Amino acid sequence: MAQPRIRPLVTAAPAAPTVSLKGFTRRFGDNVVIDGLDLTIAPGEFVALLGASGSGKTTLLRTLAGLDSAEGQDVTTPDARAVVFQDARLLPWRRVWQNVALGLKAADVRPRAEAALREVGLGHRLDAWPATLSGGEAQRTALARALVREPTLLLLDEPFAALDALTRLKMHDLVLSLWREHKPAVLLVTHDVDEAVALADRVLVLDKGKIAVEERITLERPRQPDARFHAVRRRLLAHLGVDAPAPQPNSALLAFPTGEVVL
Amino acid sequence: MSLAVTLRNSQARPSWLPKLRWPRLANARWLSPTLLLLLWEAGARVGLIPARVLAAPSTVAETFWAMTISGELPANLAVSLGRAGVGLGLALVVAVTLGLISGLSRWGETLVDPLMQIKRTLPVVALTPLFIVWFGIGEVPKIALIATAAVFPLYLNLFAGIRGVDVRLVEAARSFGLSGRDLIINVILPGALPSFFVGLRYALSISVIMLVIAEQINAQAGLGHLINNARDFMRTDIIVVCLLVYALLGLAADALVRTLERKALAWRPNLVEQ
Repeated sequence: MAQPRIRPLVTAAPAAPTVSLKGFTRRFGDNVVIDGLDLTIAPGEFVALLGASGSGKTTLLRTLAGLDSAEGQDVTTPDARAVVFQDARLLPWRRVWQNVALGLKAADVRPRAEAALREVGLGHRLDAWPATLSGGEAQRTALARALVREPTLLLLDEPFAALDALTRLKMHDLVLSLWREHKPAVLLVTHDVDEAVALADRVLVLDKGKIAVEERITLERPRQPDARFHAVRRRLLAHLGVDAPAPQPNSALLAFPTGEVVL
Repeated sequence: MSLAVTLRNSQARPSWLPKLRWPRLANARWLSPTLLLLLWEAGARVGLIPARVLAAPSTVAETFWAMTISGELPANLAVSLGRAGVGLGLALVVAVTLGLISGLSRWGETLVDPLMQIKRTLPVVALTPLFIVWFGIGEVPKIALIATAAVFPLYLNLFAGIRGVDVRLVEAARSFGLSGRDLIINVILPGALPSFFVGLRYALSISVIMLVIAEQINAQAGLGHLINNARDFMRTDIIVVCLLVYALLGLAADALVRTLERKALAWRPNLVEQ
């Protein structure tokens, strides 16, 4: 957990990867969920992991999060890692700031939790009970709870899946700005191709426990839903077995390209 | 408050019921108990209900006042409250200890839970003769009866509460580095608290019931002692006064738990909105 607050700048030599898996296999009984998977994530890299249900993406995230044991396997993960779950998983009996500070052991826990909450725009809900938060607010609290730990690896397990379309776009912007600010390596598990293309440096498609497709996305951010965006999107959808539809003029991404819609 | 009353009555009275002739009395839930009291009083006055069968409400009220002034009622009530309090306190200590052992460890469950389930199958009242043989007819068997009866609901609900804590919250807390004592204090015990309060409510009402039963054993003081004496002298007014006090005890116990819950479970959504 003892991560230096300021990481040294990477110079000539390529930095050691933040995450490294070699030949990682996981099975439940006879069911092979992940089959000889190789994966590295560079420091500060934003990776999105796509896949249908049952493709093993949650299993992979749980392993990287240390929730499932990876004993006897070639898996390297940093100690400073934090998860944002699909359901915010806030303790209902702890106030918002206490949830953010959960498990932190330091004298200045409250100010740090406050700073993190202000960063996600929740400076006014510090002492609220989680039951009074909206879905978006709960997820922002969960983000603050992850960030306050200064992770070198941030794991996002479909964190926006339960949010409405507009809140989701606002969350995308928030995650990108936090990522630019703190530069953790990010693994975003999602089943939303648009989300993956809008956010990630690299998109992986997981299928039957193997990485079926790897797509590096070089479009500059903020990403406009232009022709190049749709080309990438169509390619990924094709890999997922969806016959790529023409751009939908009424999709939320088109209507609010940068997601800067304030409710 | 008025909203709650309206809701309850709109639920209780479907629209096909004929319209009331006196709509002002539609919500007068005090009406029938008052009528009963009046009938009872009238019956006593005209001699239909002899005082040795049932004393008139006015006599009961007079007796209540006189017994309160003379200190007889408060003194005996204090003795009864003491018995219930000590019994419940003992039950709390035992039940919380066993509930934590059994809830927090698999070995604890294997060792403790079967004993508690066996104990559950024994009607506590049936233990009275054994307790008299062991502890005599003083205070000890009375307190022991109350404690024995109150242990089980406390234990069972604490155990169920601990085992029912949302595993996703436990997992999230683990992912943020909580383990052992921190996990128990921050996640498991607060999560088990609502269920524990359900147990406490049961335990309180059971301890009042057991108090009544236990005080039938040669009580030298307390509400049961008052009732036994009153029975010997056919003083039905005193008996009714004591019954009233028992009922008030039950109400007070419930109010106590409600207050505790409001303080301890302030985070619950239904209470947050108030």
